[in-house]
Amino acid sequence: MVTLEVNGEQLEFASNPRIADLVAKLALEGRKIAIERNGEIVPRSRFPDTWLADGDRLEIVVAVGGG
Amino acid sequence: MKSDALNIAGKSYGSRLLVGTGKYRDFDETRRAIEASGAEIVTVAIRRTNIGQNANEPSLTEALPPSKYTYLPNTAGCYTAQDAVRTLRLARELLDGHDLVKLEVLGDPHTLYPNMVETLSAAETLVRDGFKVMVYCSDDPIMAKRLEEIGCVAVMPLASLIGSGMGILNPWNLAIIIGEARVPVLVDAGVGTASDAAIAMELGCDGVLMNTAIATARDPVMMAGAMKKAVQAGREAFLAGRMPKKLYSASPSSPNEGLIAKTG
Repeated sequence: MVTLEVNGEQLEFASNPRIADLVAKLALEGRKIAIERNGEIVPRSRFPDTWLADGDRLEIVVAVGGG
Repeated sequence: MKSDALNIAGKSYGSRLLVGTGKYRDFDETRRAIEASGAEIVTVAIRRTNIGQNANEPSLTEALPPSKYTYLPNTAGCYTAQDAVRTLRLARELLDGHDLVKLEVLGDPHTLYPNMVETLSAAETLVRDGFKVMVYCSDDPIMAKRLEEIGCVAVMPLASLIGSGMGILNPWNLAIIIGEARVPVLVDAGVGTASDAAIAMELGCDGVLMNTAIATARDPVMMAGAMKKAVQAGREAFLAGRMPKKLYSASPSSPNEGLIAKTG
């Protein structure tokens, strides 16, 4: 079992997913998002070939209303 | 007045009013108010997306297309230079390399007063990293000058506390900052109503950034229009050059000669 921490929540996968798999699972495809993995930005172009490992911490962000 | 553009980091903007996108009832009200304000630059916040949210949930980027508005991602809620820098790196990735940003590092959750030590540190890192930094700061002229020297493209002192609507509390400090600055000075935070925006512009500010004053007005769309006019009026009054104040010395506007014969 692979456990990821995504935006502070624990998500479990049967095997190591790629970032693209995580994005698809969360139904965020086509959304304007940015992702940080263990404190480092992962460019969108790298989503399909970035494999995630057990214990990885991810931040997935969007633009929201603010001042 | 057509040539009186606001220049920030080599780009010209027709409107000197910048607006936030928070605290509105819904995206439709956000869109209508911002349209009425005439603003071209809109601030946005960067936040975690909801995990498991409805894929069809409306998003800010749909209500306010980044092709139509210049997004100014902020670091609201950040209390350290490191968190502010991380947030803006995420914003740059999110917005396809867009590098004009609003830096704000807060020092205290009660007053939201800026932490200038962390702000200076974050500004140095961001400028080195290629960002064009518009920076929220205290109204301390020395701090504003230091931020300019670091390479910030605009300094944005508070008029009063964020979201307080208390107006322009220290016009004297703002005037010193404006007098010394070689980059645009924008009042950011504290404007409560249209006259506050006009006063800021009459002082010689290059622009005004506001959110709460519009979003929490009883009629945000009408207030957005009022703010647009106030910023324009204040700017024109500044450019026109106000008459000097004459203490205790009245001066009639009508001729002293040619009065009809006095009675009696």
